[in-house]
Amino acid sequence: MALVLKISDLRIEFDTFEGTSQVLDGIDLVLERGDTMGLVGETGCGKSITAKAILRLLPVPPARIVSGEILFQGEDLLKKSEEEMKGVRGKRIAMVFQDPMTFLNPVFTIEEQLVDVILAHRGGDDSEARGGGMSRKQAVEKAVQLLGEVKIPQPELRIKSYPHEFSGGMRQRVLIAMALSRSPEILIADEPTTALDVTIQAQILWLMNDLVQRYGHSVLLISHDLGVVAKVCKRIAVMYAGNIVEDCSTAQLFRRPLHPYTQGLLNSILTFSKREGEAQGIKGVIPDLIRPPSGCRFHPRCFGAMEVCRVQKPAMIEIEEGHRVSCHLYKKGEK
Amino acid sequence: MVAKTANPLLDVRNLRKHFPLKKGFLAGYQGSVRAVDGVSFAIGEGNSFGLVGESGSGKTTIARIILRLIEPTEGEILWDGKDICKFSQSEMKDLRKTMQMIFQDPHSSLNPRKTVFKCVAEPLAIHEEMRGRKLRERVEELLEIVGLKREHMFRFPHELSGGQKQRVGVARALSLHPKLLILDEPTSALDVSVQAQMLNFLEALQKNMNLTYLFISHNLAVIRYTCDAVAVMYLGKIIEMGETECIFSSPKHPYTKALVSAIPLPQAEQPNQMVLLEGDIPSATHIPPGCRFHTRCPDKIGAICEEEEPTTRYFSDGSQVDCHLYQESSKK
Repeated sequence: MALVLKISDLRIEFDTFEGTSQVLDGIDLVLERGDTMGLVGETGCGKSITAKAILRLLPVPPARIVSGEILFQGEDLLKKSEEEMKGVRGKRIAMVFQDPMTFLNPVFTIEEQLVDVILAHRGGDDSEARGGGMSRKQAVEKAVQLLGEVKIPQPELRIKSYPHEFSGGMRQRVLIAMALSRSPEILIADEPTTALDVTIQAQILWLMNDLVQRYGHSVLLISHDLGVVAKVCKRIAVMYAGNIVEDCSTAQLFRRPLHPYTQGLLNSILTFSKREGEAQGIKGVIPDLIRPPSGCRFHPRCFGAMEVCRVQKPAMIEIEEGHRVSCHLYKKGEK
Repeated sequence: MVAKTANPLLDVRNLRKHFPLKKGFLAGYQGSVRAVDGVSFAIGEGNSFGLVGESGSGKTTIARIILRLIEPTEGEILWDGKDICKFSQSEMKDLRKTMQMIFQDPHSSLNPRKTVFKCVAEPLAIHEEMRGRKLRERVEELLEIVGLKREHMFRFPHELSGGQKQRVGVARALSLHPKLLILDEPTSALDVSVQAQMLNFLEALQKNMNLTYLFISHNLAVIRYTCDAVAVMYLGKIIEMGETECIFSSPKHPYTKALVSAIPLPQAEQPNQMVLLEGDIPSATHIPPGCRFHTRCPDKIGAICEEEEPTTRYFSDGSQVDCHLYQESSKK
């Protein structure tokens, strides 16, 4: 399969008043065509930073990209100019954000916003050439068709509504429609269902699954909820404190989680099969990334911490086909 | 059997809260938001009772009415057999000691300018007029109960993690020896690895101090993990209620079924048959006539659902459900 996105050794720091926060500590991630990849981790582990870094949406400064490259179709996004990035953002890589209300402009109708996006994108890289090749009327038709595709009932009527007339789930559908308007190669969804109720969340996840299967986008889904990720993604990368600690297929993760953090995470999730006292949680707290722990960043909370964990950062090794883990407990070739 | 406890600590009967709706400055009454629309339940002493529902179903409004932070439109709240809706302000002040609330967002429920010590000491100073060394010793004791160290005592909220802040909230709630704790989404702001710790801690606390919990959450797994009995709410009404095990292992109401199946499971094999609800929750200003769930119900039987409000059917295992599917032999 062809590689669409390859992130290697991405290191990002943030300058703050208290010191330099080492937010991403050398991340490697590969996304293949048609792949659905989930990025899972707790608050502050660097999931969203990774997504924003791909689209170059991080404010520089305070953010600082120390090293690494993000290869998208063989081109390094980090070396592109701001002008060139405009041709990538929203067109070839699109993003769906967590809170749909803050993303939509409250004073314009859905139609105006959606048509603007379609026209801006259709017009090529030069924003002066807006509408080139497509009339406004055609754009409206396209917008209605997109809304129908994300299962908004009566799209030709609802398109005249303002965002506040839509419920949270419908707003999120509009965002998905916007993101898909230019059939991007990669769709990045950052906690797309966190602000929604469970029954609405199920609808949105179903919709995303359906669209991905029909159009074959590559998807990077960011979530703190392993259940959400398991529903949509074929592969899962687990992040902890700015590192990817485990990277494997969804089946492998649940069948045989290798990293102690992944095991702890699976242990802490409350499921219907767990009874009182059976969910454990992980002792300790997420480390401060201004003064991250030496060696393996998980060692202060790890039940299997050894001497070497304190000194040396473990390398990413492949334990079985497609199952990679970064932990000293495992050695290359060992099953 | 919690639903029919002989002498419940808290007995809520036919509670209603309609918020009047006004449009514009001079325009008059324009209808109302029926946030809570006839809710009855009882909690026995030492039990955990869970209220589940999606946003806007009226869970938090019930909690606020029980504390009388807002006044109910109709209904009774019996506390040890006495109707607290008729209590005077000074009687309420005494009563509030025995019922305490823990809020969802631990960050915004703590004053950022007050240290942990001041936060926890304030109710003691107001209600028990504690001062000096006695106060300090009591605060230390409370912090120890919730698993915080002495060094945390003079820190400010921003210096604590989410889980620690939530523990400060618990310490503050415990300071006046309450009987009932109302926990409004106590873990939804916390990360998963901390969530389980928090729930285990609340569980232990309940056993040690013989507390009664009213647990409010949208997360079914949290409720299942902690509660003895549960009530499922939809648009201001309890549509199904009973023992947790019974409700979750064999849900009866179509809404409960959909809710249970909507939870994304953290496992490799995803279940294929899933009840996917269509549409959104209707607004509480325009509650659908008949069964309020009929607009989204996958098992609608016909016109009866649109016209007639289902009555409550009680089952031998103590559970109850409001649905026309179970009405045939509903001669109680």
